[in-house]
Amino acid sequence: MSEHPLLSVRDLKVDFPTRRGTLKAIDGISFDIARGEILGVVGESGAGKSLTGSAIIGLLEPPGRISGGEVRLKGDRIDNLPAKAMRHIRGKRIGMIFQDPLTSLNPLFTIGEQIVETIMAHLPVSEREARERAVHLLDEVGIPAASQRLGAYPHQFSGGMRQRVVIALALCAEPELVIADEPTTALDVSVQAQIIRLLKRICRDHGASVMLITHDMGVIAETCDRVAVMYSGRIAEIGPVADVVRAPRHPYTIGLMGAIPTLDATEDRLTQIPGSMPRLDAIPSGCAFNPRCAHVFARCRQERPEPIDVGSSKVACWLAEEDGSRTIVDKKKADQLS
Amino acid sequence: MLAFTIRRLLQAILVMLVVALIAFTLFRYVGDPVNQMVGVETSAEEREALRERLGLNAPVMVQFARFIGHAALFDFGTSYQFKQPVADMIGKRLPATLELSLVSALLALLVGIPMGVYTGLNRDSALSKFFLSVSLIGISLPTFLIGILLIFVFSVNLQWLPSFGRGEVVQIGWWSTGLLTTSGLKALVLPAITLGLFQMTLIMRLVRAEMLEVIRTDYIKFARARGLPDRIVHFRHALKNTLVPVITIAGLQLGTIIAFAIITETVFQWPGMGLLFLQAVQNVDIPIMAAYLMLIAFLFVVINLIVDILYFLVDPRLRAERAVH
Ligand SMILES: Nc1ncnc2c1ncn2[C@@H]1O[C@H](COP(=O)(O)OP(=O)(O)OP(=O)(O)O)[C@@H](O)[C@H]1O
Ligand SMILES: [Mg+2]
Repeated sequence: MSEHPLLSVRDLKVDFPTRRGTLKAIDGISFDIARGEILGVVGESGAGKSLTGSAIIGLLEPPGRISGGEVRLKGDRIDNLPAKAMRHIRGKRIGMIFQDPLTSLNPLFTIGEQIVETIMAHLPVSEREARERAVHLLDEVGIPAASQRLGAYPHQFSGGMRQRVVIALALCAEPELVIADEPTTALDVSVQAQIIRLLKRICRDHGASVMLITHDMGVIAETCDRVAVMYSGRIAEIGPVADVVRAPRHPYTIGLMGAIPTLDATEDRLTQIPGSMPRLDAIPSGCAFNPRCAHVFARCRQERPEPIDVGSSKVACWLAEEDGSRTIVDKKKADQLS
Repeated sequence: MLAFTIRRLLQAILVMLVVALIAFTLFRYVGDPVNQMVGVETSAEEREALRERLGLNAPVMVQFARFIGHAALFDFGTSYQFKQPVADMIGKRLPATLELSLVSALLALLVGIPMGVYTGLNRDSALSKFFLSVSLIGISLPTFLIGILLIFVFSVNLQWLPSFGRGEVVQIGWWSTGLLTTSGLKALVLPAITLGLFQMTLIMRLVRAEMLEVIRTDYIKFARARGLPDRIVHFRHALKNTLVPVITIAGLQLGTIIAFAIITETVFQWPGMGLLFLQAVQNVDIPIMAAYLMLIAFLFVVINLIVDILYFLVDPRLRAERAVH
């Protein structure tokens, strides 16, 4: 019997019922996160990255709802748990870090109070033990003089320090998975790299897997084991970072890579992808990317490609099916030569 | 904090001086105080002697200074109509008004806040919609009409509760309280509801609006994501963040309750300051009016001061401390 992956998402769908019909914000995505693995999630704004995170942790805001598929944590379904059982998973087994450290902490409570209450909500410890644990955690995330800062309020910390506190909070009940939704976007560029490194180190030390949502391909390349590229509520391509970054197969991924500067940029780099992602109420039939794709052909407009195995990646593109062994860049070159 | 308190105290004193000026002008220039005090048969010499004795011949500034000096000691002279010291008369009436106002305010807070939290958290429940519709009545019906309706239902038809007066009171020092006798408590019910209903609906709607806002903030989302129980998320994290505006409004409303007790006191023949004030207005009893004016202003100023200090206790961001990096 093979062991279950830590997190397993199968054909997950998230809908928003509206007066003018149902919007399919997430339309059937599947992926796994292994124990100790860091999965990056990239994609344009509105691709459904945050919704995926919220759906996993059970915090979709109504009217949004999971309309299909399943989410399993170590083999047990968690997408249909009653509210109370789900609460024990949040914080305790899956931690979450949001984008903006400036607004993630309650301004009216000291950080000590916020950490202690979280620890005590999940672990059978006394308040004193919880405080000791809090000091230890703050120390670990690099807050100087941690024991004296327990009584400080969020506004007394800088943005980077607050995000460290948020990381400590997300990890204080030893979750097995941490979902970090653009944890550094709101921060000063100078501290972004520090925070990402801290997140990576501390999750490794605590044995937690990470789902890291970001816009930054550089961060993905440096930090993650695997990466999922999302487009219009679907996964366009998912695979080991080395493969996806160095040899992307989906035209959308290639476009994304083109948007970041590389040192060995000798090949004909694709410029910015023209056009923009479709709105949820106007997703084209077939492949959602087809109106913007440079390699579109008839089938792309009629049939929707499902992710298929290409090497150790999965790619949802008809080109990949036709030409599984070669990358599109190769194909393009071949076109030019002939 | 200290500098802030001192600044606020100075502002409070300034406000009181302005009100005192108005009260003084009222006292000195609306009619002739001497004419009000003596009969028609008093001779011109006697009038002049009284005028001298009252200090009415001194320069205006000196008179104003004396007025303030006396006011600071709660000495507002003698009522024209009742020939009693105004301070004593108000002292007798003050407990009735303050008890009625405070009970109304407590009622408004203790019922209004939970209703606001409930309707904020359960926007679409039938009960929320019911509360909101009822609160519209509370906001749109005039106080006297509510009072009369309550009297009609509970005093006239059901005969459960008295329709007027304060019931039996117990004397504790100079303070007379109706809170310690059954008849006193019974007599309090209808006036307190009448006076507090408007504030209650106001506070409910305010808490609801604030709650709806706060519930959407990132720190509430993060609190949920950490798996805190709903009870803690709602009543600790969310409610506390709605408190700053609620304290402001509740404070201002307490002042308004005391001032607007006049109407309720009239409807229920409640022996408070409001009733005394209305009689004073009918009889042009200027010392009572001046004293009432000063007292209400004083209460407003004190309440405002307390509200400002509560801000400090609730919101750490206002306590001046430097950010540490
Ligand atoms: N309450 C809602 N009602 C309708 N549509 C919604 C709602 N919330 C999100 N959506 C839609 O769901 C889609 C995915 O949103 P999501 O927040 O997951 O995007 P994202 O990939 O995280 O983008 P970003 O990079 O900007 O954070 C968007 O098209 C958004 O418009
Ligand atoms: Mg997002």
